[in-house]
Amino acid sequence: MAAPKRFSVKRKRVCKFCAEKISYIDFKDGKMLSHFIPERGKILPRRISGVCSVHQRQLSEAIKRARHMAILPFVAD
Amino acid sequence: MRTYEVAFIAAPTLTAEELDAFIAQMQTVIEGKNGRVVKVDNWGKKSLAYKIKRFRDGYYVILTIEADGPIITELERRFRVADHVIRFLSVRIDEDLKRSEKMKAVRQRKSDSRPVPPLALQAEDFEGEPPAAPLA
Repeated sequence: MAAPKRFSVKRKRVCKFCAEKISYIDFKDGKMLSHFIPERGKILPRRISGVCSVHQRQLSEAIKRARHMAILPFVAD
Repeated sequence: MRTYEVAFIAAPTLTAEELDAFIAQMQTVIEGKNGRVVKVDNWGKKSLAYKIKRFRDGYYVILTIEADGPIITELERRFRVADHVIRFLSVRIDEDLKRSEKMKAVRQRKSDSRPVPPLALQAEDFEGEPPAAPLA
């Protein structure tokens, strides 16, 4: 018996930063960075956000800098 | 010379005049050591994401400067000594800016050399049924 057919919606994974041609992620832009921190204040993993590895590295660095400068929280409740 | 972004948070107990005086003092320190202040960005009083030294808000100031290592060391020493500076961060940005410029140039070159897409491409872009051919 054949397994029930799964409908997997294949979405094209596009890195937001590549699409917008951003080559430097600024830690001062808290509003933009806040898109990549869920409620708890953690850094959103790549597999969910679809950000490419180059930009994810830059992004995590920027988020950490922003946390140090109290632009973003370390832990949010 | 390298380009740095030096950001600091000053205590909210400071008056605007005292803050301006402190910024001016830092500028003289930088210029006294042959550095150059490119931009002074004063965000004003902003609320902090968490409490620092029991303060809930602070004055954010970002200085973009062209300087060398010793100047940064001196600035950071002053930030540590000054009681009203509650947080600071210096980031070297010249290499990142350079890379950013390079990427931009590469993209520009690519988009210049790419030929104008022929009209046939539009059919592929179209999702689902291709547009029906006009009746002859």
